[in-house]
Amino acid sequence: MRRTLFESLTHGPLTEAPPRPDDAALAELAARVDRAARLRLGRSLAIREVDAGSCNGCELEIHALNNAFYDLERFGLRFVASPRHADVLLVTGPVTRNMREALERTYRATPDPKWVVAVGDCAANGGIFAGSYAVVGGTSDVIPVDLHIAGCPPSPTKLLQGLIALLESAAAPANGGISHGGSSAPESPPSSQR
Amino acid sequence: MPALHEMIEGKRVEDHRPWPRLVVSAEVWSSVAAEIAAGHATLYGLWGDASAGPAVHMAIVEELNGEITVVSLDCPSGQFPSVGALHPPAIRLERAIASLYGFEPVGAPDGRPWLDLGFWELQHPLGAAAKAPSAAAPYVFLPTEGEGLHQIPVGPVHAGIIEPGHFRFTANGETVARLEQRLGYVHKGIERLMTGASIDKAARLAARTSGDSTVAYGIAFARAVEAAMVIEAPPRAHYLRALMAELERLANHFGDIGAICNDASFALMHAHCAILREYILRAADACFGHRLMMDKVIPGGVAIDLAPAGAEILRNAIRQCGQRFPRLVELYDNTASLQDRTATTGIVSAAFALQFGAAGFIGRASGRNFDSRKTPGYAPYDQLSFTVPTLTGGDVNARVWVRIREVEQSLRLVEQILERLPAGPIATALRHRDGEGLGLAEAFRGDVLAWIRITGDRVARCHLRDPSWFQWPLLEACIEGNIVADFPLCNKSFNCSYSGHDL
Repeated sequence: MRRTLFESLTHGPLTEAPPRPDDAALAELAARVDRAARLRLGRSLAIREVDAGSCNGCELEIHALNNAFYDLERFGLRFVASPRHADVLLVTGPVTRNMREALERTYRATPDPKWVVAVGDCAANGGIFAGSYAVVGGTSDVIPVDLHIAGCPPSPTKLLQGLIALLESAAAPANGGISHGGSSAPESPPSSQR
Repeated sequence: MPALHEMIEGKRVEDHRPWPRLVVSAEVWSSVAAEIAAGHATLYGLWGDASAGPAVHMAIVEELNGEITVVSLDCPSGQFPSVGALHPPAIRLERAIASLYGFEPVGAPDGRPWLDLGFWELQHPLGAAAKAPSAAAPYVFLPTEGEGLHQIPVGPVHAGIIEPGHFRFTANGETVARLEQRLGYVHKGIERLMTGASIDKAARLAARTSGDSTVAYGIAFARAVEAAMVIEAPPRAHYLRALMAELERLANHFGDIGAICNDASFALMHAHCAILREYILRAADACFGHRLMMDKVIPGGVAIDLAPAGAEILRNAIRQCGQRFPRLVELYDNTASLQDRTATTGIVSAAFALQFGAAGFIGRASGRNFDSRKTPGYAPYDQLSFTVPTLTGGDVNARVWVRIREVEQSLRLVEQILERLPAGPIATALRHRDGEGLGLAEAFRGDVLAWIRITGDRVARCHLRDPSWFQWPLLEACIEGNIVADFPLCNKSFNCSYSGHDL
């Protein structure tokens, strides 16, 4: 163990420079995130992941956000165990009829202000499972959605772009500040300077 | 003594490949159930069918010779003799048939619904679908009685980034007296979406049955289709499929070995294993254009060829992992506080592993040496050299060690495949005809079975059986007498699929 730990000290980190926030995501968020929410949420967001019927592919890539390459926590974003601790619900999968009530209850258990990010093509509109007797549809058919991240599943880079956009719009001043979001330089967010 | 499959009396179906399917009488059906209950064969699948009249199918495998037989019973009255009455591993499968088709397993020990949680608008959606009753009867968990017992309901939304399901614990202080699972939350109705779908659409659905095993599902489905169409994928496609399957196995094993240690609060292993997983996924992305290699296995072959540069990328990734992994194994082996959590925790007895036909590392950690790559075997594994590691401890520790040994085997398999990759086409044209086929593939958690009936260019019926069906019940058994705090560890050491089970 000593050798492993020592190497971790002497070798450079594997963590990569963050991607630019996704432009489409910024545009979608500009329309949704209001000033009050921005002031109250600041730059640190707690995320609660909810699988509403996913094939587990999206979960695998969301997991990858925590690995050394993507290191989500450097942005002040972290996963929490309870919706009561969360600012953001990250919802995957088509919403199955069997999960609908659980998703609604998770949403209600999350304190305001809160955001909902629908992850993956299934969460957008049910994807390939749309039309099934067992599926309600996309996330927005059950709870209000602020941001969609496309992909089957979206890569960790894609997920990171969407989540950084969320952070930028949370931190930006309310008077049309979304477009300035880029100026707070995702390349060097304050939280990464720890 | 003749093998079991030679003794079953029934009418052989002409167009079922590669293994026989026999239409049998109710008496023969029950006698086959008695044979598997006696341990002469292993239950391999049990599913309903309404595409050619109401029927139930049961797949069995004889482990010594790998002979697979499908026996079918027409049930125009909607009733069939319960297999679960004689053989407990069939109980959940029969409950699912009852919920999805409305067929009644006569004499079944458990009449409660399965997968249907009372939220669908349809009742028996795959059978004679009717409007569901407005108020479903409340679900009753099995009773546990005794002094000082309390219940802990968990889920469907769990605390981690994990699939949903409900666990009902009954505990006496710290000790679990009973765990009962209630699954079905991610039931998406895949089998009905497949009915009437094109082969292409059905293949995409199969690839999204359990995202962590998308390659294995792709292979099992493709092999079933190819059997039904009487075509064979070209040799290069077989090798590329195996290449993707071994990469998938490596990625999952790396991720899970780390995650098991993380559930014992040993985050260092988790961090380092996650790096190895990422190496594999990035190599897969660079070579095949998708990190999980989704939709890259198609009926007839594979969708994308491996460029010469790709082989070098893979060799690099394998080399990196091969260099770093042994030190992590040493770390696992030499950390007493970690071993303290994993050793003797969550023991699955050898008898249970055999009875349930527990596949993958769960069976292999409890002495069941079964791997569909070897028995019955499929291309190209018959030309590759590898062993199937087997242990007898049956605890979390044994499951970790089997996976460690499987990583070593898969690393070597990838090298062999790259060395021997034959030249030639990567896919053969589909030949649309009526027929039935059965396909197998060894996913990281065990064998996936796919059964298909094709009519013209459409899927008449497709059934996908995840290995988790025979593993979930063992999780209930192995947690008994353990402490509640060890459940995450046991659960992660199983890592059963929710989506693959719920369909």
